[in-house]
Amino acid sequence: MAPLRKVRTAENPRATRRAHGTLESAVLAILWAADGPLSPADVRERLAAHNGDGADELAYTTVVTILTRLFDKGALSREREGRAFRYAPVADEAGLAARQLTAMLDAATDRTAVLSRFVEDLGDHDEQLLRGLLDARLQQPAADAE
Amino acid sequence: MRVFVYVTLLFPFAALPLARLATTRLHPRYATWLLTLAAVVLAGTSCGALGLLALAALVRIPAFARLGHLSTTIVEGGDPVSAAIALVAGVLFGAALLATVSFALTRTHALRLAFTHARRLPGRQSLVITPDPAADAYTVPGLPGRIVVSAGMLDALDEPGRHALLAHEHAHLSGHHYLYTSAARLAAAANPLLRPLAGAVDYAVERWADEDAARTVGDRRQVATAVARAAIATKHTRAHRSPALALGAVFSRESGRSLAGAGPVPRRVAALLDPAPATSLIALAAGLGFLAVASLCALEAANDLQDLLSLAHFVDRH
Repeated sequence: MAPLRKVRTAENPRATRRAHGTLESAVLAILWAADGPLSPADVRERLAAHNGDGADELAYTTVVTILTRLFDKGALSREREGRAFRYAPVADEAGLAARQLTAMLDAATDRTAVLSRFVEDLGDHDEQLLRGLLDARLQQPAADAE
Repeated sequence: MRVFVYVTLLFPFAALPLARLATTRLHPRYATWLLTLAAVVLAGTSCGALGLLALAALVRIPAFARLGHLSTTIVEGGDPVSAAIALVAGVLFGAALLATVSFALTRTHALRLAFTHARRLPGRQSLVITPDPAADAYTVPGLPGRIVVSAGMLDALDEPGRHALLAHEHAHLSGHHYLYTSAARLAAAANPLLRPLAGAVDYAVERWADEDAARTVGDRRQVATAVARAAIATKHTRAHRSPALALGAVFSRESGRSLAGAGPVPRRVAALLDPAPATSLIALAAGLGFLAVASLCALEAANDLQDLLSLAHFVDRH
């Protein structure tokens, strides 16, 4: 296996296991964010882009290993395309269980207190403001983005 | 009692300008730190001052003085605290103590539920996708914390938008943002004058996560668009909830956009459409200096009383 950035933690099995967990999460996040199934090469490319400078680029075989492991766990589905597989995440009963748990948490406590929501609820005035901001953004060329 | 104990009680009145200063002049990370620190320090000093006032009056009651082996002549020679002031201070101190303990218990319970929830969520990955058609996304604090995103939310966003959302939620998890918001709320429970600080911390951690997401994604506009789209999708797909009750006013840098009366989401979007925020060292120093003065006043007030009591104790012994 080609050099991997986790090499320095290799002598510590717990750190290695955690590193694998983090990688699995990152790979899963990338597959969820994607519009369709991805090949290992796509995943590797997006992982590198996600990590910025590309200093942490993973070996192709490592990505395949992670994808295979996630597939074995039932977190991914895959279809053969040419010589490689393309992977997609599975929305399974796990997600359903999560929804039920959330409903329970909702009932048991003021969930806004401890859960960080991505967006707060909007009033009508706020929605108008947002639509205005979105329109203004679409009119501006993307060139002035940093 | 000298003037310091009363001065200490005045600092929390500056919560609103302090919240405005931190929100408009600091990077959201520093704003979160400063505002949380301010809430905790000001709650501690103001409640401490109330306790001192009540205690100073209490030792003037001869029965208590005898109990504490204090010389009544010395104690009575100290600056008198009128019985009315002492009574008010004592009642406020008791109320603050009660509110703090009750909030701490409620929040601990809620956090314990959330931690259990995070542990029970299926899978070993931090990300959990629910098949819910309504758009929703949130972070559950825990060890480790989890990110829950509904299928409806994924549908509402394009690919860069989903990256922005996940980066935002990851920032909440890795920054342990719930600790800041909980600490600030605890302080606001002890002293309601500090509510603007708690509201500002809630807003600042969202901005902090937005800025982290902008750095990860590498494009502020993508994050701005994702936040706006997610908010609109949430409004139109989820069972209606009342808009989030903001504690105190929400501030943002004026950017030439009209944001009068706007809630937190449009302000976050507008801030992301502006250039990346910088931290004014002068503003940071001013905020920290203010807290240092508040702490010194509280220490001085405590010293006054302690000096008086040690003297009274000494005289009583000899």
